[in-house]
Amino acid sequence: MLVFTALHVNGLSGLRYTPQSMLAFIVRRIALTLPVAWIVVTLVFGLIHLVPGDPIAQMLGEGASVTEVARLRHELGLDRPVMEQYGAYLVGLYHGNLGVSFRDQQPVASSIRSRYPATIELAVAALAFSLLFSIPAGVISAIQKGRLADRALGLVSLLGVSLPNFALGPLLILLFSIGLGLLPVSGRDGISHLILPALTLGMGIAAMTMRMVRSSMLEEIHQDYVRTARAKGLRERTVLFKHALRNGLLPVITILGLQTGALLAGAFVTETIFSWPGLGRLTIQAINARDYPLVQGCILTITLTYILVNLLTDVMYSVIDPRIRL
Amino acid sequence: MKKLLLRNKLAFSGFLIAGFLVLAALLAPWLIPYDPAVQDLPDRLSGPSRHHPFGNDELGRDILSRLLMGARVSMRVGGTVVLLSGVAGVLIGGLAGYVGGKLDTFVTVIVIDSLMAFPGILLAIALVAFLGPSIDHLIFALVIIGWVGYARLARGQVLKIKTLEFVEAARALGASGSRIFFLHVLPSIVQPLLVQASIGMATAVLAEATLSFLGLGIAAPAPSWGAMLNDGRNHLFDAPHMVVFPSVALVLTVLSFNILADAFRDWLDPKSLKS
Repeated sequence: MLVFTALHVNGLSGLRYTPQSMLAFIVRRIALTLPVAWIVVTLVFGLIHLVPGDPIAQMLGEGASVTEVARLRHELGLDRPVMEQYGAYLVGLYHGNLGVSFRDQQPVASSIRSRYPATIELAVAALAFSLLFSIPAGVISAIQKGRLADRALGLVSLLGVSLPNFALGPLLILLFSIGLGLLPVSGRDGISHLILPALTLGMGIAAMTMRMVRSSMLEEIHQDYVRTARAKGLRERTVLFKHALRNGLLPVITILGLQTGALLAGAFVTETIFSWPGLGRLTIQAINARDYPLVQGCILTITLTYILVNLLTDVMYSVIDPRIRL
Repeated sequence: MKKLLLRNKLAFSGFLIAGFLVLAALLAPWLIPYDPAVQDLPDRLSGPSRHHPFGNDELGRDILSRLLMGARVSMRVGGTVVLLSGVAGVLIGGLAGYVGGKLDTFVTVIVIDSLMAFPGILLAIALVAFLGPSIDHLIFALVIIGWVGYARLARGQVLKIKTLEFVEAARALGASGSRIFFLHVLPSIVQPLLVQASIGMATAVLAEATLSFLGLGIAAPAPSWGAMLNDGRNHLFDAPHMVVFPSVALVLTVLSFNILADAFRDWLDPKSLKS
């Protein structure tokens, strides 16, 4: 049952909900996620049937013998009816079995497990960098609106949005590794190896988030509650960071959830540039080797991660701002 | 629009750069100083000079000529993707919004939400990975992920417009459903579609370059900015110009279309013109 109570915190007039309604929201949100996840699984399963001609012949190359083709087709279960293949795929998935890599005969799930932490490490570092840059920059830009600092940061953000990571990465290597000799070019061995890939991957998101924080703060600092806080004699820093920024960050959380998609997709390029041993690089290697089961496993893992992060963002958003409900 | 361009220097420069790029792409075969595929191995990796203003690549090919021909590829892919995904998106999303009911639920909840569940260009990478790299497959993959944005926009706009008086008046005059949709509703949503098309152009050019960078786009030796950047990556130490010029070209293109989108957005919003 919903208990409606007027709520006036920091100028937000909203409705208060009971924990039960929060739980109902979370359950409903998960229920909405499941069909999407099922469709994604089905689409990824269907990808191998998109391969023009015979996927097995494609995988083995032109010199493969007929018996070899037949053997691999049987091993991958591609000689069975499609619905049976689909059923086996779902059952395998339920048991965490994503098939066997065609190139090195390793279970796909274990290859993915060994690479997954590197991608998560890179994505978290990139996100941390983007937040550390974008929040202060967005606030400064908003309070200095129209002045030099705002214009300079605006230019940085426009460049950040327009500079793709496969151009930024090599340029950063040119500057910091080759020019100044400060940071390593590639590999994953400690924090110094993480800096350039995280900058490369996080710059676009930082620029986008900065724009968001700026416009959101511009909206907040003209609200009545901010004027009240100032009138109470609070220090400007308290007004900005304790009152305005708290509300100004709400829309940023949603954007961050959506940006996870850009992070995961950007990981393909960033990991390739810096030879970072993550899931993105594994996918590209698998694509080049035409190792279709491994490609399917990687794409499924990345997509399900994205869906999960979006689910968590929505739930988090509803906890922070109880007015948000489906 | 003209007034906006004259008043806003940034919008004007965006318009100028975008126009210049389109012209360069159209006239590229007549502008290139050298054949972009001709190799000059003794002169490989040489830096900018009077004869080769942007230098040569690892096979001694002229980078300026490859950049100009690459602009052609970018504009061709970008233009085709914007056109096809725009038409598909507006028709599907617009009709779903106009007809409503089960069709709308199917399109928005099942089709659009499922496609949106794939992060960024991952679906395009997946499609090209399985279909095989070629310019047609690339365009197909980008249209598959691109139409969704137009569909969502068109649906939202149509939902808003179909309740307005002029639509009701057309219906009262006896106009058929398709006549109302194509002649009355669609022309009213052209302006927001222009914003979306400008962003779509920047996104498609970037996506093409990304896929080509990953080796999933245009096949060699055809010049593509993404593939040129990938080649340049191996020569960062000895020939940094191989990375710098394609990067600048790409940034200018994306920047100009993003600025254009901002200008169209301002044009749409009369309040921002007054201020």
